[in-house]
Amino acid sequence: MTLAIFLQHLLNALQWGSFYALIALGYTMVYGVLLLINFAHGDIFMVGTYVGFFIATFLLGVVSHGAAPLPPWASWLILLLTILGSMVVTAGVGVSIERVAYRPLRERGAGRLYLVITALMIGFFLEYLNLATLGSADRGFPELIKTQVYSVGGVSFTNVKLIVIGLAILVMVILELIVRRTKIGMAMRAISYDKVAVPLMGVPMNVIIAATFVIGSSLAALAGIMYGSAYHILSFDMGILIGWKAFIAAVVGGIGEIRGAMVGGFLLGFIEIFVVALGQISGFEWLSSTYRDLVAFTVLLVILTIRPTGIFGVARRQKI
Amino acid sequence: MRKEKTKTMRKFYLPLAVLLLFVVIIGGSWLRILNEYWQLVLLFMGINIILTVSLNLINGYMGEFSCGHAGFMAVGAYVTGILTVWLFAEDKVFGPPVLPAAWAIPLFPVALIAGAVAASLVGLLVAIPSFRTRGDYLAIITLAVNYIVKSAIENMEVIGGPRGFVGMKRVMNNMADVLDVPWLLIWTFIGIIVTILIIRNFTSSTLGKGVEAIREDEIAAELMSVNTRRVKVIAFMLSCGLAGLAGGLFAHWPGGYVNPGTFTILKSTEVMVMVYLGGMGSISGSIISAVGFTLLLELLRPLGVFKWVVIPLLLVVMMLLRPTGILGNRELTDVFPRLRAIFGSEEESYAPASD
Repeated sequence: MTLAIFLQHLLNALQWGSFYALIALGYTMVYGVLLLINFAHGDIFMVGTYVGFFIATFLLGVVSHGAAPLPPWASWLILLLTILGSMVVTAGVGVSIERVAYRPLRERGAGRLYLVITALMIGFFLEYLNLATLGSADRGFPELIKTQVYSVGGVSFTNVKLIVIGLAILVMVILELIVRRTKIGMAMRAISYDKVAVPLMGVPMNVIIAATFVIGSSLAALAGIMYGSAYHILSFDMGILIGWKAFIAAVVGGIGEIRGAMVGGFLLGFIEIFVVALGQISGFEWLSSTYRDLVAFTVLLVILTIRPTGIFGVARRQKI
Repeated sequence: MRKEKTKTMRKFYLPLAVLLLFVVIIGGSWLRILNEYWQLVLLFMGINIILTVSLNLINGYMGEFSCGHAGFMAVGAYVTGILTVWLFAEDKVFGPPVLPAAWAIPLFPVALIAGAVAASLVGLLVAIPSFRTRGDYLAIITLAVNYIVKSAIENMEVIGGPRGFVGMKRVMNNMADVLDVPWLLIWTFIGIIVTILIIRNFTSSTLGKGVEAIREDEIAAELMSVNTRRVKVIAFMLSCGLAGLAGGLFAHWPGGYVNPGTFTILKSTEVMVMVYLGGMGSISGSIISAVGFTLLLELLRPLGVFKWVVIPLLLVVMMLLRPTGILGNRELTDVFPRLRAIFGSEEESYAPASD
């Protein structure tokens, strides 16, 4: 494998891992505060993509008259508006799910696993509501920013790829700052630490939880629009597999840890891309893309057997 | 004196009721009073009961979160299916039948057991990591095993790869040629009874009480001399093995094929939903919810795609109204004590001492 090919696959892996990482961040934020695996999160990603699709198509329809290409600033503006609009709407969806389905259960003191099942059901509901109302045909996400291909030393990459990777890293840095440096971040960590004493200290628990859902869902929407811009295909079940895998990435990194979600997401991306790449290069035909899941999950199994709480996760001491 | 006599009589009420049900279902199917559609629904109901009751051991009694039950079902389905096709049917890959068709009738349960054993061995993949891992991390491991099994099957071209494996229909036809009774329903019925007996007896045995001790507090259980590793291995192998049994039965459904696409995370989710709907740690709850859920799926069939919009909503509403499932962790006899007076002769004698 020459360096150029390696770098090429590395870039692809970084892009693929960015999606996992962005979605895994949503899982990990909610888990960190509520200890709830929000299995509807993959479908919130789907909702975000569809909302973005509708906003973008609407805006493009309003702006463009005829076939004249848009000036660059206009398409950037549309992208920005699409991202912001989709983030707001999806955050609304996420918070309403929390308000309608999770909070009543939580306040009644139902077991965590019942909450998880409710989350799974919400996911089904979102998927099939989409299928039933919008039909089963795949939709194409409009090309918001013109894809440009650059080539440096035999490594070719697009501007979309750079934006995706850059945004994912930027988001992680911002989130880490929010959680470590701001008051609301401190409240999140406090609630995660002790759910009984912290509300007594005057921390508005429900507000903090809602804020967590806002952050997680809007990140899913961001990931969704990036996904749409990169691959251009939308379907009602697009959130299922990517959601489960992002959850796995979050757990491998150590669920509840922001760095963990990032590292887990990129790691999963690397494994998946390089299994296929190695198969092509080494001439082992059998190591084709159909083995991707098999190898990826086997590696994860091994990692979890060696480090049972993930890469960054710290085992909580239990007192009896 | 008279009381003693009625007590011994009562011992037979439950077996009698089960026998009656058996006669009604099998007789009805045999005499074609129940049409093929209802036989299929009954079959799926039975398979769902086995899956739900067996998963309840892990998710309900042990309090772990296994979300890969369909993977073990797949192992059982493929192993049993391949065995029966290899032994009793003409096949492209496996050639002519090894044994005469008449042998299929006595050897069918052996194939089922082989599938169950294979599934329980795959269950070790989950059981061994569970020594150190708990909760959400173990959930991931079960999920990963589900994917690994599915992916491995998809990559085995010999058994059809992603297209699936066929030929079980010929086995069933051969069996029907020898003696025309609804064989699959009979074995499913027996499978249900075996499953319920195994789970019930295991959870009320001394060893099985350790399962509930692990749910309450693993470290405390260890201190109270529960051999947690042994209990976990046995519980996982039992649960996965019974899932394999359900898979083996499912492989012989009238459609006559299995493909890896059936055994996805969606199937696992369906089983999990039935467990929680019935109540964790309640066998009768699992049975009720498996029967009810299968019926609900069939009743809502006319809705088409909207079925999967309505069902999750119903379940969410149900969770909000009854957050612990239909029966919680109680049995039917706890909810309706008079049932115990009719059926439960044994339980009456050592009724739970109030704590």
